[in-house]
Amino acid sequence: MFDALSDRLESAWKKLRGQDKISQSNIQDALREVRRALLEADVNLQVVKDFISEVEAKAQGADVLAGVRPDQQFIKIVHDELVQVMGAENVPLAETEEQPTIVLMAGLQGTGKTTATAKLALHLRKLDRSCLLVATDVYRPAAIDQLVTLGKQIDVPVFDMGSDADPVEIARQGVERGRTEGINTVIIDTAGRLQIDEDMMGELARIKETVQPHETLLVVDSMTGQEAANLTRTFHEQIGITGAILTKLDGDSRGGAALSVRQISGAPIKFVGVGEKVEALQPFYPDRMASRILGMGDVLTLVEKA
Amino acid sequence: DKTRRNILNQLKAIVGQGPLNQAAVAEIEAALLQADVGVEATDYIISELQKKLRAEVTAPEEAIAFLKEILRDMLDQPLKESHKSSFAPDKETLNIWLITGVNGAGKTTTIGKISHLAQKSGYKCLIGAADTFRAAAVEQVKVWGTRSGVEVISNPGKNTDPAAVVFDAIAAAQARETELLLVDTAGRLQNKKNLMDELSKIRRIIDKKAPKAKIESLLVLDATLGQNGLRQAEVFSQAAQLSGVVLTKLDGTAKGGVALAVVQQLGLPIRFIGAGEGIEDLRPFSSYEFVEALLSG
Ligand SMILES: Nc1nc2c(ncn2[C@@H]2O[C@H](COP(=O)(O)OP(=O)(O)OP(=O)(O)O)[C@@H](O)[C@H]2O)c(=O)[nH]1
Ligand SMILES: Nc1nc2c(ncn2[C@@H]2O[C@H](COP(=O)(O)OP(=O)(O)OP(=O)(O)O)[C@@H](O)[C@H]2O)c(=O)[nH]1
Ligand SMILES: [Mg+2]
Ligand SMILES: [Mg+2]
Repeated sequence: MFDALSDRLESAWKKLRGQDKISQSNIQDALREVRRALLEADVNLQVVKDFISEVEAKAQGADVLAGVRPDQQFIKIVHDELVQVMGAENVPLAETEEQPTIVLMAGLQGTGKTTATAKLALHLRKLDRSCLLVATDVYRPAAIDQLVTLGKQIDVPVFDMGSDADPVEIARQGVERGRTEGINTVIIDTAGRLQIDEDMMGELARIKETVQPHETLLVVDSMTGQEAANLTRTFHEQIGITGAILTKLDGDSRGGAALSVRQISGAPIKFVGVGEKVEALQPFYPDRMASRILGMGDVLTLVEKA
Repeated sequence: DKTRRNILNQLKAIVGQGPLNQAAVAEIEAALLQADVGVEATDYIISELQKKLRAEVTAPEEAIAFLKEILRDMLDQPLKESHKSSFAPDKETLNIWLITGVNGAGKTTTIGKISHLAQKSGYKCLIGAADTFRAAAVEQVKVWGTRSGVEVISNPGKNTDPAAVVFDAIAAAQARETELLLVDTAGRLQNKKNLMDELSKIRRIIDKKAPKAKIESLLVLDATLGQNGLRQAEVFSQAAQLSGVVLTKLDGTAKGGVALAVVQQLGLPIRFIGAGEGIEDLRPFSSYEFVEALLSG
């Protein structure tokens, strides 16, 4: 099931071969294969539908380049469209003129928020931006310990008020502490929550209202399936996100969630997590992600050379 | 999402007599794909349904009942041979349950819930804290131990060998006539060879040090997972000789449909479901409930 799209498309290509234009009639099999590949890569069904009709429109009548088989060119059209949807280039983290820049982390349980909080701080420290981490997860056992341990590893201070305090108050005082101490960026870790949990979503909305963050980052596990679209929609509607971090990309998931997240929220994916260690954070590159979702690579270089 | 919520009603309206029409196939396909059942398993389910509908003329209600039956059969298949109706540790002997899975799936929380249940049911229980890697993992499982009143065996050193902790935990369990030893392991992605080797080593130590124990090796799968869940089950099955699955986070809106493919392709039964972060939020798996939820949007 992890076959490269280029292999999967083989039979569909037979119809395209020997023709000099991509037309509505000769493209249907190929589109069906792309649909299958995207679904197998966990792109949300609705997102797949929209994407396929966009590709169909773009591919119609595209002239086939000399030296390139129509099938290869079709893959390139699909790939380019994917890159475009995922946001052509990398968008860095906000930095405000008046310090501190405030970053709020949000997401479902276990996606990697606490780890990403520490990773982001290390990344910023390397850019000479000082950080303060704020521990507002008073629910998960030892969540504060976890952030404190990570803070020690990277030598970044952590603000906490224990697990009996109100998360909104912890966030408020944490940001206040950052301001008085002249910290460049305050990153607020939050407890994992389901998007249908009204109390917990209400709490997150109050944190946001109180601290007025410059960035609200949705942390999404790259292994997420169809649910990626639902959760992104609800977090975006109820909280409002400015970007996303896609975690656990060091695994072998195809990462179709990336497409869903971007398509549904319109917000850029800013970073990817590629390991458990605090150094394992990279900027997001849409073209790499597109190749990964399609399970390809070699075909593209072929087309690029032609 | 309205389309999903009324899937059964919609189906009733479009499933005619005899084989499914295009609209009905599309509707069922959409429901299954949106539940993360995956393309291959979805194709299988629809073709099974078509086979039945071609063989006999049926009313729409019956067609839907057939669909549910196909799904339930897939889920119950691994248990067909066994005669036990419920899943529980044996009394007065050592049971070791090895809990494995990728990062953040819900392993530690599940251990907390199981230990609570076991304790309440009168088992002598012990937890081995073999996640020696993640920040505050030992502290986390110790909180669960306190909540359920179960002792936790851990090694206070940093980055100690998890296999050594397992060894110590088994020794403690044997000395105390423990009936259920729960082993918490670090999250690991299945494509990390060294980490999977480490897991195999843990499994070997359990087999060697406790040859008479009844061993269950459970994979924790997050219901929000997509198709990578199948890959996880394949690789963990090799490394840890899996005997079953725990499906967590079913209190959300994700359906955990990939579990169907896991059950079908690897023959692993689903044993428990996690439906919340609280200590009581663990339930035995029921294929009936799972299928109803899967199709009810
Ligand atoms: N392999 C890998 N593991 C990761 C990555 N990011 C986080 N993890 C692991 O995923 C698990 C969950 O990470 P956490 O940072 O605790 O996740 P969280 O979102 O804060 O979890 P909750 O607070 O419980 O909601 C841990 O085992 C992390 O080590 C990543 O990019 N790659
Ligand atoms: N909503 C919900 N959350 C759950 C469930 N099970 C676990 N969680 C949450 O998921 C997050 C991760 O759970 P853990 O038990 O730490 O997961 P883990 O597999 O031990 O994680 P690592 O050891 O870091 O790999 C925590 O925030 C838990 O509270 C569940 O059934 N429902
Ligand atoms: Mg956390
Ligand atoms: Mg754990």
